[in-house]
Amino acid sequence: MSWLRRNLVVIAGLITLAFLILPNLVVLVFSFNKPKGRFNYAWQEFSLDAWRDPCGVADLCGSLALSLQIAAWATLGATVLGVMVAFALVRYRFRARSTVSALIFLPMAMPEVVMAASLLTLFLNMGVQLGFWTILIAHIMFCLSFVVTAVKARVMSMDPRLEQAAQDLYAGPVQTFLRVTLPIAAPGIAAGALLAFALSFDDFIITNFNAGSTVTFPMYVWGSAQRGTPVQINVIGTAMFAVAILLVLAGMLIGNRRKKQAR
Amino acid sequence: MTTTLTKPPGAAPAAPPPPRPRKPRGRFTPYWLLLPGILWLLVFFALPMVYQASTSVQTGSLEDGFQVTWHFATYWEALAEYWPQFLRSVLYAGAATVLCLALGYPLAYLIAFRAGRWRGVVLILVIAPFFTSFLIRTLAWKTILSDGGPVVSVLNSLHVLDVTSWLGLTQGDRLLATPLAVICGLTYNFLPFMILPLYTSLERIDGRLHAAAGDLYANPFTTFRKVTFPLSMPGVVSGTLLTFIPASGDYVNADLLGSTDTRMIGNVIQTQFLRILDYPTAAALSFILMAAILFIVTFYIRKSGTEDLV
Amino acid sequence: MTTDRGGDVRLSGISKTYGMFTAVHPLDLTVPEGSFFALLGASGCGKTTTLRMIAGLEEPTTGSVLLGERDVTGLPPYKRPVNTVFQSYALFPHLDVFENVAFGLRRRGVKSVRGQVGDMLDLVELGDFARRKPHQLSGGQQQRVAVARALINHPQVLLLDEPLGALDLKLRRQMQLELKRIQTEVGITFVHVTHDQEEAMTMADQVAVMNGGRVEQLGAPTDLYETPRTTFVANFLGTSNLVPARFDGRSGDDLLLRAGDAPLTLPTARNGAAATTGPVLLGIRPEKVSLVPATDAASVPDGRNRLTGSVRATSFIGVSTQYVIDSPVCAGFEVYVQNVERDTRLVPGADVVLHWNPAHSFGLDATQDIDAGSASVEEDAAA
Repeated sequence: MSWLRRNLVVIAGLITLAFLILPNLVVLVFSFNKPKGRFNYAWQEFSLDAWRDPCGVADLCGSLALSLQIAAWATLGATVLGVMVAFALVRYRFRARSTVSALIFLPMAMPEVVMAASLLTLFLNMGVQLGFWTILIAHIMFCLSFVVTAVKARVMSMDPRLEQAAQDLYAGPVQTFLRVTLPIAAPGIAAGALLAFALSFDDFIITNFNAGSTVTFPMYVWGSAQRGTPVQINVIGTAMFAVAILLVLAGMLIGNRRKKQAR
Repeated sequence: MTTTLTKPPGAAPAAPPPPRPRKPRGRFTPYWLLLPGILWLLVFFALPMVYQASTSVQTGSLEDGFQVTWHFATYWEALAEYWPQFLRSVLYAGAATVLCLALGYPLAYLIAFRAGRWRGVVLILVIAPFFTSFLIRTLAWKTILSDGGPVVSVLNSLHVLDVTSWLGLTQGDRLLATPLAVICGLTYNFLPFMILPLYTSLERIDGRLHAAAGDLYANPFTTFRKVTFPLSMPGVVSGTLLTFIPASGDYVNADLLGSTDTRMIGNVIQTQFLRILDYPTAAALSFILMAAILFIVTFYIRKSGTEDLV
Repeated sequence: MTTDRGGDVRLSGISKTYGMFTAVHPLDLTVPEGSFFALLGASGCGKTTTLRMIAGLEEPTTGSVLLGERDVTGLPPYKRPVNTVFQSYALFPHLDVFENVAFGLRRRGVKSVRGQVGDMLDLVELGDFARRKPHQLSGGQQQRVAVARALINHPQVLLLDEPLGALDLKLRRQMQLELKRIQTEVGITFVHVTHDQEEAMTMADQVAVMNGGRVEQLGAPTDLYETPRTTFVANFLGTSNLVPARFDGRSGDDLLLRAGDAPLTLPTARNGAAATTGPVLLGIRPEKVSLVPATDAASVPDGRNRLTGSVRATSFIGVSTQYVIDSPVCAGFEVYVQNVERDTRLVPGADVVLHWNPAHSFGLDATQDIDAGSASVEEDAAA
């Protein structure tokens, strides 16, 4: 009984964890399903069909490729712009600093649907053709704030004396930035970029408003919820999950080895 | 001896050197650094808000085009027609936020204090679902909550569904297409946004405080109430905001897991904008939502005394 | 006597203001080549700003910095033949010890750095730690890496900004000797910023005491200690008893003073006050004063300055006993007596006679704040 009381928080935590993981398990299991009819919601029989032919449904892999492409460009754009803004905010005192901070914070405190709708009114008013470019513009816009926040945290914790030391040791401004500032800020920049990639790749609401007839992967899944869900969606979902886990594990292993070598 | 000239203290310098004011290096650097990013946000975030405000007071039709006629009545009409959806959004998002806090706190606590060498693994398991498209995972809930599925049968046999049905959260022995399903979906979707800030603020707490509090109070529950929870307040505040804000504007869960009776304001805005093409009404609704959120956030942050979130 | 060697650091009319606040008032200073020079003062006195202006990390508002005959005022830090050991070292966390030390050489395009870095690491006794990262080193080791990283560039001047501030007392003593050894070995000019008066006095050949953005006094440690010119220096460097007195005439090479009823003598050469009439502060260090019970007053030899008082408190600290004496002319007069033969009659409440050799006294301008410098000492001790 006292054991139960002592470990109550552990049990509650593990239940939450199960709640978080459960849908992923369902996605995994149902990627081996062979559904009757158009929807993959009820278990029928085991099958490897979908795994043998993940691109077997029309447009699925095309939308996936498009999403990856947009995510890559949006990450690049948001990271470059975000790093510049973050450095300006941390390193310089200037007028309008608090206004800039507020402008960075607001997109994160705004429901996506509001940003999506207002951006669409802009594009409609300007007569901009909706498609790849409008999606990219929107994604860079909402990823920017997250990159700024991640990089800012890292740069803020950086000792300004490190850069002064580099300057003192004959490194000019460019050398100082490349040899000292960038390597030390790198974890923050990487975190920001990773977040931007994940946000962009998985974004649905803003894309839904500003995509026109262009179909990204989340848009494809959304459409399939109306038309019929091919098993291949689960295959791709599971594969993404597996790849992500493997990358994280590989990163941890390399990190551990580095630590050991350093010792 | 070496000649070393020192001005006597207090005495005015006999021959003051001519002041040579210099231009500080890089006075405009911050502005150049800010320019592209801020311009991007101004053009694609702030300016659209202006356009949206203007659209909300326009009248006209898709065929003849819209004109600004300062038709503020759109706001009253929109509110009069869609107040149930607004109310539902606040209630569903509020319920999901409370559930997220209740579910997320133990897990965040577990990671911060009890996980030991499993900490990294558990953290990865919290973040990992992110890597599968959230739409696919939401669809999986359709399977989990499906009629006659294991969850429904268990809850039914425990008569839980009778209670929730009496509360108006479910209908009959169905879970899918009910408010409870939508709240469950919202909770699931935004749970990591609650756990991560909670974990960050819990992790900062010095473990010795627990020992000290235990030494003084000798009761784990009091320790939690008097020490741990107050110290984790920044995490609670940002976690609830990060959950409530996106949940209130979400329309994916209401659409996939709910029915026409569970439509939230996001659904209305989406339909008005993308299907009915009634731009003024949609813009007005979106504007009201934005104003409501900003009001709630400001009030909440003031109230909780954590203004260093920005 | 001017020894104008090529490598002196000369600051002329250099000052720094931030908006309305003046961190450093226009000051002229020459640091002789090859010397170990200390800038001493409490925090916020402008010593670090002065150092950073020499390094080029801070642009002077007025004035110029000269290295030898070369004006380097307009040069950015990376073009100055000057290197700095930063407060808390600022070692690059992403580079190992070897790469930290090699950083300056590589930036200047030196191709083969291995030999030089190895020699430098040997000099600071860190040869075995070349592949460690900074966070894997102890404080003392990090400090030596910081010194090696700067010294390897053979700067004309090495600047040290509170280099020992982060170390504990024992290690600090050890590193003081170590730094002194290295300086003697390499013969480079060291400019050392510190708030620790003991550190400045042990290590430096020349000390400039700074206060409120100005240099209060400059000289060899013994000169500063024996003949302070301001109340700040008198109180900041060790402890001084300052007795308010008035000039009362002259006798040969001596000035005659009167504190209350007590006649006192001050050699003219040791008078730091501009005037020889009116009020003056007579200073004497606590360890120069002797103490006898009032009943033995007759045993005090003639020709010594003497005051009467009673013991307020005593504290025994091993090598000496410290007495606080309340005298009618000076409350809280401190006396340190070497622990040779303790006089058991010197207990709190006992009436005593204080006496000292007039040649050890110094005169200070009475218009100054009598407590200047003593409060900041307490502040630093508390911090």
